[in-house]
Amino acid sequence: MAASALYGASGFGNWARLAAQQSLTQDQLLQFDTFGNVSLIHVTDIHAQLKPIYFREPEVNIGVGPNKGEVPHVTGADFRRLYGIDDGSPSHYALTYNDFSSLAKGYGKVGGMDRVATVINAIRADRPDAILLDGGDTWHGSMTCHKTAGQDMVNVMNALKPDAMTFHWEFTLGSERVQEIVEGLPFAALGQNIFDAEWDEPAELFKPYQFFERGGVKVAVIGQAFPYMPIANPRWMFPEYSFGIRDEHMQEMVDEVRGMGAELVVCLSHNGFDVDKKMAGIVTGIDVILSGHTHDALPEPVLVGETIIVASGSNGKFVSRVDLDVRDGRMMGFRHKLIPIFSDVITPDAEVAKLIDEQRAPYKAELEEVIGQTDELLYRRGNFNGSWDDLICDALMSEREADIAMSPGVRWGPSLIPGDPITREDIWNVTSMSYGEAYRSEMTGEFIKVILEDVADNIFNPDPYYQQGGDMVRIGGMGYRIDITKPQGERISEMTLLKTGEPIDPSKTYVVAGWASVNEGTEGPQIWDVVESHIRKLGTVTLEPNTSVEVVGA
Amino acid sequence: MEFTRRETLAVGGAAALVAMLPKGAYAATTEEWIAEFTGGADMADAGIDLTAPEIAENGNTVPIEVSAEGASEILVLATGNPTPGVATFKFGPLAASQYASTRIRLAGTQDVVAIAKLADGSFAKASKTVKVTIGGCGG
Repeated sequence: MAASALYGASGFGNWARLAAQQSLTQDQLLQFDTFGNVSLIHVTDIHAQLKPIYFREPEVNIGVGPNKGEVPHVTGADFRRLYGIDDGSPSHYALTYNDFSSLAKGYGKVGGMDRVATVINAIRADRPDAILLDGGDTWHGSMTCHKTAGQDMVNVMNALKPDAMTFHWEFTLGSERVQEIVEGLPFAALGQNIFDAEWDEPAELFKPYQFFERGGVKVAVIGQAFPYMPIANPRWMFPEYSFGIRDEHMQEMVDEVRGMGAELVVCLSHNGFDVDKKMAGIVTGIDVILSGHTHDALPEPVLVGETIIVASGSNGKFVSRVDLDVRDGRMMGFRHKLIPIFSDVITPDAEVAKLIDEQRAPYKAELEEVIGQTDELLYRRGNFNGSWDDLICDALMSEREADIAMSPGVRWGPSLIPGDPITREDIWNVTSMSYGEAYRSEMTGEFIKVILEDVADNIFNPDPYYQQGGDMVRIGGMGYRIDITKPQGERISEMTLLKTGEPIDPSKTYVVAGWASVNEGTEGPQIWDVVESHIRKLGTVTLEPNTSVEVVGA
Repeated sequence: MEFTRRETLAVGGAAALVAMLPKGAYAATTEEWIAEFTGGADMADAGIDLTAPEIAENGNTVPIEVSAEGASEILVLATGNPTPGVATFKFGPLAASQYASTRIRLAGTQDVVAIAKLADGSFAKASKTVKVTIGGCGG
């Protein structure tokens, strides 16, 4: 409360930023009493964000089944109370959504791979043989990444010298490009669940695990790629590969590495947090799961049996350091810190900063062109809608003359704060992908309901193994009610066409515009062009509060 | 339904005989299939392993594996298909292992059931829900 009063009254701007810089130092952020004999450094879900950004954490993140009310399904003030975080503190800003715009003006942007490099180097100064692990969703998410087919990220990440990586959106570059990059990677490309689709055998290109000898300890890192790639993303882009959770095979790999003398078993996972929790209760013998995909940032690991699960956020906003004491072939203890990358506090690494600018140089003018301005906080994260998606849905309905718009419930995409210019880069940061065509098609009311029910079950199925880790598809032009406690087919009701206020007729046909279809041969202009054209016409973005989704049973 | 070359080899190597079940020959519903196979006997939960994906990557060709030590027969049913019968794997006395894998077509989200007739003549059952989804919105 004090914080919002303080910042609310300060007029923000330079005064508040100065306060943030004075109250927060790089030494404080990096402070860590080196512990044990092995250090892990985890980054994940960077989504090609090379430069500092704003990233607002979700307000709505509902847990179901055994995860109801459990982290990471705790947000806002409840989250701060749970972890003893003071209102208005740096951790409040980094980890929760409240007062985001004012705190953002005070504390500044987060992330930037040059700052991440500084943090990694500092950890390596403490523990030179620390293992750096990248949880994937690295080669996707920006204009430069799209235009270089991931090369900008490969170049910058290689400079950070990771030891291993696993994958998700990387595959949307197409299997040929993925193979080309992976063959040249100077570190291990892991995925025990990446199989050859034809033979249903482990794919040759991706090893299940890699051994490291660090601090006198034999460490095995097992990779777990995103299990539902061919379902959540277009299968036709990587038809040679099959995925799945494959926890039986995970157990075989754990047993295999233990049999080969592994004293510490680390799983570098892109399962998503709830799936990792369930897997930790089924597969025995994993000491540490470094969890990615669902973009959760937790200040403490979650313990399941004797496995600790570490969640390190997204978009370059955090780096996790995990120090472990491994003796007599067992993990005896750990010390952990989720390090927020406050970009105004952490000095950029000069070499990596230069490398980033080199990647961006050919596209600089395109990236920096100002398309409009926002009077709103533009963000995406949250189970049901985000203001970025409201804007994107408005763009689809207006530019494509549709009754209803659909925008995928992805969890990537940085935020902008009121008063910010909207550059072309900002638009690409929330839209860029290799299947961004904005389709326009006719759907019956019945089929629209089928889609909503299907996606809702991918989030709210009480068994985490049936969840895909995204959020609800965002809808423009239509309201609905969702009871998350019901089974598939019964969750969605009261679908209403907003422009007339009439109920959606199951047998009537509606014009629907959307993007990111997983179907091959989808036609339409690229979504970033649609959004750019819309914002140009608006000049300044203002949005009505979105109250079109009524949620029951949370 | 189709076998890939390697799977056919694997099945052959296990000395198993696969009977492609004729459509509705003796039974129509899942219950009837099970009654036909077990003669109404009780089924244990242990003694058979069924491996199938939680969510099908392609509902038209879903890989599954069944194994039951010492089994003479394993019946596989797709309980939500118009015709639930998928296959019966028969293992001769010389079979080195009682394991089979194949790919099946699923009309929609449903339970896949496998029932083994074990060496002592008792039955064991395993079931797994396989979701068939239109997909498209992963984070």
